[in-house]
Amino acid sequence: MLHKQPDLDLSPHVSDEVRKTTCYMCACRCGINVHMKGGKVAYIEGNRDHPVNKGVLCAKGSAGIMQHNAPSRLRAPLKRVGPRGSGEFEEISWDEALEMAVGWLAPLRAEAPEKLAFFTGRDQSQSFTSFWAQNFGTPNYAAHGGFCSVNMAAAGIYTMGGAFWEFGQPDWDHTKLFMLFGVAEDHDSNPIKMGLGKIKARGARVIGVNPIRSGYNAIADDWVGITPGTDGLFILSLVHVLMKAGKIDLDYLARYTNAPVLVNSDPKSPEHGLLMRDSDGKPLVIDRNTGKLAAFDTPGVRPDLHATHRAAGITHRPVMHLMAERYLDEQYAPEAVAGRCGIPASRIRAIASEIARVAFDEAIELDREWTDFRGETHKTMTGRPVSFHAMRGISAHSNGFQTCRALHVLQILLGTVEVPGGFRFKPPYPKPVSAHPKPHCKVTPGKPLDGPHLGYVSGPDDLCLKDDGSPARIDKAYTWDNPMSAHGLMHMVISNAHAGDPYKIDTLFMYMANMSWNSSMNTGGVMEMLTDTDENGDYVIPRIIYSDAYSSEMVAYADLILPDTTYLERHDCISLLDRPICEADAAADAIRWPVVEPNRDVRGFQSVLCDLGARLNLPGFTTADGGQKYADYADYITNHERKPGIGPLAGWRMGENGLTDGRGSPNEAQLDAYIENGGFFASHIPENAAYYKPWNTAYQEWAVGMGLFDSPQSYIFDLYAEPLRRFQLAAEGHGTRQPPDHLRERIKTTLDPLPIWYAPFEDAHVDPVEFPIHALTQRPMAMYHSWGSQNAWLRQLHGHNPLYLPTKLFNAHGFVDGDWAQVTSAHGSITVPVAHMAALNENTVWTWNAIGKRKGAWALDTDAPEATKGFLLNHLIHELLPPKGDGLRWANSDPVTGQAAWFDLRVKLQKVPPPDQSHPVLEPITSPVGTGPDTLAWKVGT
Amino acid sequence: MTTLPSSTQKKLGLVIDLDTCVGCHACVISCKGWNTENYGAPLSDQEAYGANPSGTFLNRVHSYEVQPLATSDKVQPAAQLFHFPKSCLHCEDAPCVTVCPTGASYKRVEDGIVLVNESDCIGCGLCAWACPYGAREMDAKEGVMKKCTLCVDRIYNDNLPEEDRQPACVRTCPAGARHFGDFADPDSAVSRLTAERGGVDLMPEQGTKPVNKYLPPRPKDQLDSAEHIDILAPYLEPVADTPKGFIGWLDKALEKI
Repeated sequence: MLHKQPDLDLSPHVSDEVRKTTCYMCACRCGINVHMKGGKVAYIEGNRDHPVNKGVLCAKGSAGIMQHNAPSRLRAPLKRVGPRGSGEFEEISWDEALEMAVGWLAPLRAEAPEKLAFFTGRDQSQSFTSFWAQNFGTPNYAAHGGFCSVNMAAAGIYTMGGAFWEFGQPDWDHTKLFMLFGVAEDHDSNPIKMGLGKIKARGARVIGVNPIRSGYNAIADDWVGITPGTDGLFILSLVHVLMKAGKIDLDYLARYTNAPVLVNSDPKSPEHGLLMRDSDGKPLVIDRNTGKLAAFDTPGVRPDLHATHRAAGITHRPVMHLMAERYLDEQYAPEAVAGRCGIPASRIRAIASEIARVAFDEAIELDREWTDFRGETHKTMTGRPVSFHAMRGISAHSNGFQTCRALHVLQILLGTVEVPGGFRFKPPYPKPVSAHPKPHCKVTPGKPLDGPHLGYVSGPDDLCLKDDGSPARIDKAYTWDNPMSAHGLMHMVISNAHAGDPYKIDTLFMYMANMSWNSSMNTGGVMEMLTDTDENGDYVIPRIIYSDAYSSEMVAYADLILPDTTYLERHDCISLLDRPICEADAAADAIRWPVVEPNRDVRGFQSVLCDLGARLNLPGFTTADGGQKYADYADYITNHERKPGIGPLAGWRMGENGLTDGRGSPNEAQLDAYIENGGFFASHIPENAAYYKPWNTAYQEWAVGMGLFDSPQSYIFDLYAEPLRRFQLAAEGHGTRQPPDHLRERIKTTLDPLPIWYAPFEDAHVDPVEFPIHALTQRPMAMYHSWGSQNAWLRQLHGHNPLYLPTKLFNAHGFVDGDWAQVTSAHGSITVPVAHMAALNENTVWTWNAIGKRKGAWALDTDAPEATKGFLLNHLIHELLPPKGDGLRWANSDPVTGQAAWFDLRVKLQKVPPPDQSHPVLEPITSPVGTGPDTLAWKVGT
Repeated sequence: MTTLPSSTQKKLGLVIDLDTCVGCHACVISCKGWNTENYGAPLSDQEAYGANPSGTFLNRVHSYEVQPLATSDKVQPAAQLFHFPKSCLHCEDAPCVTVCPTGASYKRVEDGIVLVNESDCIGCGLCAWACPYGAREMDAKEGVMKKCTLCVDRIYNDNLPEEDRQPACVRTCPAGARHFGDFADPDSAVSRLTAERGGVDLMPEQGTKPVNKYLPPRPKDQLDSAEHIDILAPYLEPVADTPKGFIGWLDKALEKI
């Protein structure tokens, strides 16, 4: 054949219309362009103007079309007709469904609102759902942070007034050394990849600290394959080496942190360890100019890191002294920690010296004048271009809170927080602990709760305890077991409700939380608790209402299903009151809007809550004449005001002289303005306010103007966290609110106001010799929790999840590819396929999270590999640690925040003959939606 | 058998940065989405929700582990993992074209893009056998050969904004590991990037003269090499060995600021 070219149409029709909304294929909240043809979704790409993703989009986002059209979508409200767990339902009308819910909930509200436990999972509307729960009057509300990354969030806020992830970011444009600890590959998905791309393009160094060298760690210039649970020890060793070499930023520490603040150092004093304060409650320092006491924020003060102060017979020493005593101790020397961390001492020193070199020899100056909160004007902005990022890998351990604190302390010692090249906050952060609400738990039948459920405690007085000292909340958040549980403990709700401890509940109401599968520890046990009956044959947890868009495993365990829409069929707001989409240089929020209407009898869950709230006469959802206040969620987003002038969305509000941002009255055309602008709003921070935000008067004024604060909120970073010390003081016997005796020693040890490291609790409850192997999960970049593997395209990428074994273990057990192993923990046993992975910590095994599926769920065939060879490690992890003979069952959680300690898991392995499928084998559940089609060829245009 | 053009005016292709690719599969799915809805037959999936899901993809990412050998400096070097995206490399001497019995496979004179004219494709599969890279996939539903079009229906498309006239995989890549351009122009961004970073051909011994290039990964795990440690050691010279000594140093150091 001779060369011949057909005539090609090089400019084919792309779409009839582009509708711009916000992705929901994970929690990253990227802007997407949804290309429409003939009223159908034809193609999804990233929105170039969007602050989060700037046009790029990950695999999940591009596969949204398969999610939106998934055969597993629920179609109508469902009433359970078979036994719980069977999956047998009948479709009912919305009126019947809502009346059923009202019939259950109205009597509870009138008599005992706490008998409703309302918990939401991967909810992105927490400021709304919590408002609903607060109006109902139950103290039992939280979202999923307790089993996700509350250690990271709480440690960040208690240390530096803000956390990683959506609340902050490395300064990708200026950083010269980036160190990444334990981040799930689907978290902050596109921004991290974009940032790594920027760093790589200019040849800056990336150090990855992770037992597993996949994804981000695969492209790291240097990989530190650390032993799980020892990150805190490694970090404190870096602190030791850097302090010993004087490679810390003394000027920064003196000005912007509590390193110079004086601490009561008399062990006999009832205020031992508390900060010295003036009559206004302001922490005191010694002024180097005068040698006298001064409030930390006094204009002209030069806080002294060195001088001590003696008053009324008590010596007060600066925090810096306590840090020197703690961290210069040889217990933190690289040689002392190397074995436990699995990192040679020479490597720890090499990393520390590279950090020191970049921070101090490659410091940068931006030519931007700014004025600090003491009134001093600085000609430039100095930057120490070392940045850090971390997420669940370091936080989902029982020592996670202190480990996250240790990392923040390292950042602060180097002077790399809120400076060019370092870590930067995103609005509404930075925000001091004092500007957050405290938790509220006072129940009055028929009335709203006395305030927001979740918040930040500053000491024992803020705990959620009843008058008799028993927990006020079903999840035992904010109790002596875990005093600073800022996100609640969703993972304890079902087991506590089942045990009737601290009390029985009536209705469990959940949203987007796959508790009978991948969102619970002890999955098999949870299924039993959800189906267990009492001596009368009644379910121990009497009623369960669940809302989900898809036929997830949890659907089968509910009595009433309220079917949600897909993310392309709904209104949402990604709000500054909640978890916004801000960037370090801009305040930003966003919406979702129905780019297509549902073709099923389903409703957006938030709109359903508006309806249900009115039917229950909740004050926030009812008009003065008793009518429904918000017709739907769009109406709420537009018209709700949290306080005068502040609503869910900050853009296009109505000011006295027309449209305005931040503070303003509701604007009926607000959502149209968002749609017109591509689904989001962004307000840029002035250049001279872009760094040093906690102390920068220009930023503080901008934040007040935006409505983030009512007045400037400058503060100093808490290297020394006084709230922790208050709990220790109580454990030492001071004060009127006292912990139970069995918790005193643990509180004294673990709630240390300066970061410490202790071995993960499982190590003390499980024999490390019998169970020598660490077992982890991580999520692939192309999957989000359980949602991904119902997706026809994504499940072709990650439809299998073998247990990956390092070379040493693979060879030691004589495995070859295709073999199976029995994996046993102190709690349970699973039998699963194995595979070899060399780039892995030699004592660690791992698998992809939530690929395994229950037969009958997600509209998959029952012989789908997810249901036959897929598996969950969750079966091996209990919400309680094994008994250790003291008559108590200790929670498998962080003792500070209650975060689920997923990654403390220890196992042993045994080679077994290949079974026909993974174990445990569970009975199929009846699918309320059938199964999907065999062949797909998804073209909507002609 | 089909003839290749003696030369092409441009050599459009991709340069893929293996130092930066995190293996996220964004390019894979973006490609799947665009090319299911656009050029030719949709990319179908079989057993989409069943036991052996299998579909047509024009671009796939493979991962490879490398175990470096021990040296005197590093007795136990850590293994490394690389992500390797692969699609048609739009070879200058494309064996998939010359093997085609119907002329359905062809290389465009204007820009060197290798395409399949689906109306002439008989689904014989010879081209897939001839391609040494495994870059062509037969669509099981349509029975025609599918391959990367370099988004020929995007890159010249007047219905798209100028900035979007690039392949879907390049537009979507979050890490910026994929670059598109004309390798016939030595001053193009892709030519310069390839020159600066030592871009390489995939399997040059096959003689296909691929247009697409790969940028090799930079050396890894160098920080604790003997050479680095010599440079870095002075940074950790102790100022004090005890807390008391440190507090004394503090006082002196504070005088200087």
